[in-house]
Amino acid sequence: MNKKRGKQSVVFSNPPVITSTANIVGPMEGQGLLDQYFDYTMLDNLNNLDSWEQCESFMMEWAIKEAVNKENSTIDMIDCILAGDLLNQLMSTHFALKKLERPFLGVYGACSTMVESMLLGAMLVDGGFANKVASATSSHHDAAERQYRFPNELGAQRPPSAQWTVTGAGATVLSVFGHGPRITSATIGKIVDYGLKDPNSMGPAMAPAAVDTLWTHFQDTGRVPAYYDMIFTGDLGNVGKQLVIQLMQQKGLDISSNYQDCGCMIYREEQDAHAGASGCASSAIVFCGYIYNMLMNCKLKKVLLLGTGSLHSTTSYQQKESIPCIAHAVAVEM
Amino acid sequence: MDKMKKQQKQQIEQEQYQKKVDSLTPKPPLLKNICWAFVVGGLICIFGQFLINYFIGLGLDKKQAATWATAVLVFLGAFFTGIGVYDELGKRAGAGSVVPITGFANSIVAPAMEFKREGYVFGVGAKMFVIAGPVLVYGMVTAFIVGLIYWIRH
Amino acid sequence: MELYVMSFVVGGLLCVCGQLLMDLTPLTPAHVLVLFVVVGAILSGFGVYQPLVDIAGAGATVPLLGFGHSLVVGTIEDVNSFGFIGIFSGALRATGTGIMAAVVFGFFMSVLFNPKGKGG
Repeated sequence: MNKKRGKQSVVFSNPPVITSTANIVGPMEGQGLLDQYFDYTMLDNLNNLDSWEQCESFMMEWAIKEAVNKENSTIDMIDCILAGDLLNQLMSTHFALKKLERPFLGVYGACSTMVESMLLGAMLVDGGFANKVASATSSHHDAAERQYRFPNELGAQRPPSAQWTVTGAGATVLSVFGHGPRITSATIGKIVDYGLKDPNSMGPAMAPAAVDTLWTHFQDTGRVPAYYDMIFTGDLGNVGKQLVIQLMQQKGLDISSNYQDCGCMIYREEQDAHAGASGCASSAIVFCGYIYNMLMNCKLKKVLLLGTGSLHSTTSYQQKESIPCIAHAVAVEM
Repeated sequence: MDKMKKQQKQQIEQEQYQKKVDSLTPKPPLLKNICWAFVVGGLICIFGQFLINYFIGLGLDKKQAATWATAVLVFLGAFFTGIGVYDELGKRAGAGSVVPITGFANSIVAPAMEFKREGYVFGVGAKMFVIAGPVLVYGMVTAFIVGLIYWIRH
Repeated sequence: MELYVMSFVVGGLLCVCGQLLMDLTPLTPAHVLVLFVVVGAILSGFGVYQPLVDIAGAGATVPLLGFGHSLVVGTIEDVNSFGFIGIFSGALRATGTGIMAAVVFGFFMSVLFNPKGKGG
């Protein structure tokens, strides 16, 4: 059966089931708006380990093991793990996964990594290449800051457009059989670059990529925005979210009534995160907690999840290049 | 010909998008930031003046007193960075904490502390100058040029 | 007393200039630091920074422009005393204490303390 649809999308003939999810967060996220939807909240950002990077590895390992436990499986029942993070050479992922000793494929999609790994995992399961796949991602505010921006004790001021990298990790287990929402289709994004250069304003840089993938998804699948109960983007923040609504309106599609951005759902106003949350874990901790919960309780039946990523590096930024971005989509239906 | 047209269209689209982004992006609270910068920067300078007067009172001449005062301010900037307080100040005071010499100390201690995990040679030792290095380089180069011009003219 | 007031006002105003640069332009704190050192050195070369130091005291020496000023003052003093070689010897002679303090205290603080991070 030809599973390709249109220009960039695929439809699954045996839609894989998301049989469990797990998430873990840092203290700031645990004090935020979704505090009831986290499996574990750490007391601080180090968790008695020696570095931010080790803490991030700990979170990813914990999330994967917890997701596996929740569905009463053991880790050796996982045929493949797809995972990634924000750090150079996927440092946190590699050190987390070396202890799990399962077949592993690393992915880098910046903040779109969660959706990218779920999308690829769904292809592996639907294609008969694996019975169970774990998809995971993590990010750590302080590890990301020291790599991408400034050392953590530097007295620099953040502009109001800046977003706050989430400290957290999320994991899902995709299975051939089981009870849970299914990934029914997916749209693979292409890189879109509108020439924006400010890494303190990533939401606006990513919005065109999100719109491009959204539009392509609707064209390829023949669906309309109203088909979904909710459309979620990963981490566009306050400004990026408004831009997506406006750009979609320009294309003749209205998503204003059933669209939310995960980055806007995590922190309270008083937590001073400025424009919202970002990081791989932004989409991960919201999907692997709140959204999955809503789906399992049938409060949401059809969800479109878009992971959005800024594909710049510290080098590209210093060399005055613009920020190329990408967005991937998975349709999750109960 | 077609490619050029496409590129032009893209450029116009991008410029329009940038305008839209600028109109939606929240601006920094300029008045609040200026007030904080003014007050905190001014207070650090008053404290510096107090130190200079204190050392003069101990019998030192103006130049020596200024040197002592600089050393004390650098120590305090380094110390408050170490205990994790200077970045809290910087968040609110902005340039009021960056511009005084205490900010220079902060820019040395912050990366040194952060990269300690990479060891003492390539971590602490090298990264200490990640932000302060350019300050020294361009300060020294400018002083050289000024000195050269002065020497030529005298 | 008047010196305290002047040092508050001048120091504050120089910081305000830095704030305006940071808020209204894409310049980062590191750029502002470099710019201020260079500007301080140039103004000193033109002979207009010393008068500011005379009326504002620490208000002119504590901001990083004062560091640029010290570099140039030291250079010029050494050129007067030693001629050409003074262009090389003067700057660090005058600012050596400040740099030594920054490096030494910076080293010990980084040994004693760990970064707290911002999650909590």
